[in-house]
Amino acid sequence: MAGTALLGRLTWLVAEVTETVTETPRVRTLILDVDGWPGHRAGQHVDVRLTAEDGYQAERSYSLASAPEDPPALTVERLDDGEVSPYLVDEVVPGDRFELRGPVGGYFVWDADALPEPLLLVAGGSGVVPLMAMLRHRAAAGSTVPAKLLYSSRTYEEVIYREELERLDGRGDGLEIVHTLTRAQPPGWTGHAGRVDVDLLREVSFPARRAPRVFVCGPTSFVEAVAEGLVSLGHRPGRIRTERFGGT
Amino acid sequence: MTHLDGNAIAGVLEQLFGRDLTLASSRCTGCGAMREVADIHVYRSAGIVARCPDCDTVLFRIVEARDRMWLDFRGFSSLQVRS
Ligand SMILES: Cc1cc2nc3c(=O)[nH]c(=O)nc-3n(C[C@H](O)[C@H](O)[C@H](O)COP(=O)(O)OP(=O)(O)OC[C@H]3O[C@@H](n4cnc5c(N)ncnc54)[C@H](O)[C@@H]3O)c2cc1C
Ligand SMILES: [Zn+2]
Repeated sequence: MAGTALLGRLTWLVAEVTETVTETPRVRTLILDVDGWPGHRAGQHVDVRLTAEDGYQAERSYSLASAPEDPPALTVERLDDGEVSPYLVDEVVPGDRFELRGPVGGYFVWDADALPEPLLLVAGGSGVVPLMAMLRHRAAAGSTVPAKLLYSSRTYEEVIYREELERLDGRGDGLEIVHTLTRAQPPGWTGHAGRVDVDLLREVSFPARRAPRVFVCGPTSFVEAVAEGLVSLGHRPGRIRTERFGGT
Repeated sequence: MTHLDGNAIAGVLEQLFGRDLTLASSRCTGCGAMREVADIHVYRSAGIVARCPDCDTVLFRIVEARDRMWLDFRGFSSLQVRS
């Protein structure tokens, strides 16, 4: 029968956009209805494939933003000179469809009931997306594993999921969220300013002796700098999982 | 061009091999290093090129087209998966 996926075999599925949420001026979330969606784990991604009328195809990876308890959702940041992201951020409307392959990857994944160690999440820009899936999963599962999110954004307006993060931070269930703004800080800003460096990591992360599970995600250069910083603070490389989004 | 993690191509690999390969251990023909596939360096442009983070040897190349894929796994001397 057409459209029936063989059990266990990864194939391209059709996703229909059911709802869109504007997160920041450059970032939008697409909530999807995917026929045959097998469910996902927090931190996994999908490959999205767009096909033009002339048959030209473009493929990009996007992390799943939603908790495994919720329908699949993607959060995409527009790169002005990009091929795929401007379409997903500015043009797609509910009812539109595109192909996706996934969920994939068993490496950059956090399961609330499997890992009792403290959870340290470090995000740069849209790198917060798979880490948000982990925090949403942690809340949905009622986990009280000690967790920290260190989140670097350029400006206050560009903080993705700002209000939801405030709510999660306020639950008093062992999660602490620390923001740093690299380009500009609003009047009265009490968070950090500037890039994530070794001093900031030392100040806000769990000490290496607590052996946290570490997930770092963002632009490639950000991930590189943070992972090096964490290793210099004594974290074992094998405990640091990275997801480079590309770019500089 | 900057690199991604092996995890970024989990989809292509799973479509090819029918299972998640990101946690498989691979051995590099260049320097003998054993690494999880998620942990190798991946460059994406028209195709995919994976390189050893230790010695830069090309581990494999994959080119995807509409109806076929071309594979060249010259740089893996072994690949260990959980059964
Ligand atoms: C595993 C994985 C998960 C990802 N998850 C997300 C996600 O959840 N949300 C999201 O918005 N993006 C995510 N990305 C990045 C995404 O796959 C695309 O690279 C991004 O949307 C740009 O695609 P594009 O076609 O718009 O730009 P392209 O046409 O590919 O590139 C345009 C220009 O931008 C540069 N560029 C490419 N990628 C980036 C980048 N990430 N940052 C800065 N500059 C870049 C290119 O070098 C080029 O100069 C993820 C990437 C990976 C590998
Ligand atoms: Zn090597």
